[in-house]
Amino acid sequence: MFVDTVIEDKSLHKPAFLLGLSIAVFAFFFAFNFTDTIFGEFLSPVIGNPQESGFFGRFVVSFVLSIIFVLNLLLISFTRLKIQILIVWIELFFLFLAFAYSFDLELAYIFIGEPSKIWLMISKGLFTTIYISAVSIAIATAIAIVGAIAKLSNNGFAYAIASFYTSLFRGLPLLLQIYLIYMGLPQLGFMIDAIPSGIAALSLCYGAYMTEIFRAGIQSIPKGQWEASRALGFKFGLILRKIILPQSIPIIVPPTGNQFIAMLKDSSLVSVLGIWELMFMAKKIGAKDFNNLEMLLTAAMIYWALTIVLEVIQARIERKYQQKA
Amino acid sequence: MIMNASTKTKNENPLISLRGVSKWYGGFQALKDINLEINLKEKIVICGPSGSGKSTLIRCLNRLEAHQEGKIHVSGVELHETMKDIDIVRRDIGMVFQNFNLFPHLTVLENCMAGPNWVRGIDKDEAEKRAVAMLKQVKIPEQADKYPDQLSGGQQQRVAIARSLCMQPKVMLFDEPTSALDPEMVSEVLDTMVELANSGMTMICVTHEMGFARQVADRIIFMADGEIVEQNTPDEFFNNPQSDRTKTFLNQILI
Ligand SMILES: Nc1ncnc2c1ncn2[C@@H]1O[C@H](COP(=O)(O)OP(=O)(O)OP(=O)(O)O)[C@@H](O)[C@H]1O
Ligand SMILES: [Mg+2]
Repeated sequence: MFVDTVIEDKSLHKPAFLLGLSIAVFAFFFAFNFTDTIFGEFLSPVIGNPQESGFFGRFVVSFVLSIIFVLNLLLISFTRLKIQILIVWIELFFLFLAFAYSFDLELAYIFIGEPSKIWLMISKGLFTTIYISAVSIAIATAIAIVGAIAKLSNNGFAYAIASFYTSLFRGLPLLLQIYLIYMGLPQLGFMIDAIPSGIAALSLCYGAYMTEIFRAGIQSIPKGQWEASRALGFKFGLILRKIILPQSIPIIVPPTGNQFIAMLKDSSLVSVLGIWELMFMAKKIGAKDFNNLEMLLTAAMIYWALTIVLEVIQARIERKYQQKA
Repeated sequence: MIMNASTKTKNENPLISLRGVSKWYGGFQALKDINLEINLKEKIVICGPSGSGKSTLIRCLNRLEAHQEGKIHVSGVELHETMKDIDIVRRDIGMVFQNFNLFPHLTVLENCMAGPNWVRGIDKDEAEKRAVAMLKQVKIPEQADKYPDQLSGGQQQRVAIARSLCMQPKVMLFDEPTSALDPEMVSEVLDTMVELANSGMTMICVTHEMGFARQVADRIIFMADGEIVEQNTPDEFFNNPQSDRTKTFLNQILI
């Protein structure tokens, strides 16, 4: 992307915009009435008992909240870009925590027991989830390379098989594929365990999506690159390996990273086969003690942390290829 | 076809020969019964109005395009659909494109080393020596470690010429090598091509640079509507054009 060299005035620093924003924010807080929340309690020295403060209380709470909100924006707007991003991230994260906190959870629950619930989740559930996802990602990538080449070849069999495959596996819900593989293959006489069938379903499904990503990436390289390579007497495999794929990697990496992240989360679907991965364990442990939400939230946080790791790796790879080009 | 007697040099083993070559794109006939022989060390310039089939013709010579009728021979090897060794033929035919088609992920030096190293079985050191020598020949040795998009158009085209020369081809094909360039860069590329011509390279150039044609061409071929309308020495071609279409074309281009 091209960032313009002329900096526009920040709209936040224009009085008219600031005033308009303040009014809108105030109207928002006023309309949704935050008097009965924790904010009302904080302001009770001014407004007295929040329940009985009436219009005055509502006005004061909304006013203070909107001042804090706008002042916060204004202060952040004076910092450098990186700091801005960091502060906003942290603030949003705390808002999210506050949201979870409002569920009235028994957070200590996940730390009690021998071994503790959270340790069980990490040692067994997280391990299984990572294992299933990593194997599926590797297989899906291999399928995608072969599938993309088949779809680009002018071999009728290869093209037909590849396009039938992508059509079928992109056309069925993943959950259905998991059931079909787990219950269908034994009908054909192949006994297959839960984990291999989960891996098979994930690999085949994401292999189909990634086939299309790889194909599009390869096709986005200008025809002239093929022609110049052919004119030099290069053969198909050499052109693909040395000329086309290296150039399509920067195009392929971002959507592929998305697929990896999506697959990591979709691995939770294999919990229906009774595999002891994160989702299954969260449901099983939580249901036993009627602490469902605590366990689900724990699983949610672990999934989130995992995807952040993947996002960081993806950004690293993208940066590496941008420098090269 | 009108042909001057002086150009009708009989040769038993032409480097390239086309006999009765026709090509269709769908229902549209882009080449009509082309007959042509090109000898070693000959410099041919092909010109003609847009859409006359110049690119199509030149791209048939290394089979980037397929012809449907007639026979094309390069170094005695016939080019056809089921041939096994097209890559061996192509390695002896250098091609320079209008928009360069350099490999953007490789440095200038790597662009030039790729062919010899990957398919000619020449080791890296030797390929590098050769690449450096060729970059000197096209007068940009100092750009060797840059990437193509860091160079001007004229420099890129000279790298493309060097890349082809590194394969030590028997013949060089040029498809409008200067028409994507800014005017002030045209001459640096043409100078390179003139030098190449003087070194004895066999060259087939699609170009509208008539000064270049006059200077180096042994024969100028004029095409229109997929046919060779006229071919002649530069002197005859410019001073004594035979067909009306040639005259019209020359009038337009030489204003
Ligand atoms: N891939 C293609 N599919 C269909 N028609 C094509 C294709 N390539 C070229 N043609 C047609 O064939 C004819 C000859 O094209 P060609 O590119 O050889 O012309 P040219 O003489 O090189 O023209 P220019 O000076 O514009 O480059 C044109 O009418 C063109 O429209
Ligand atoms: Mg052309």
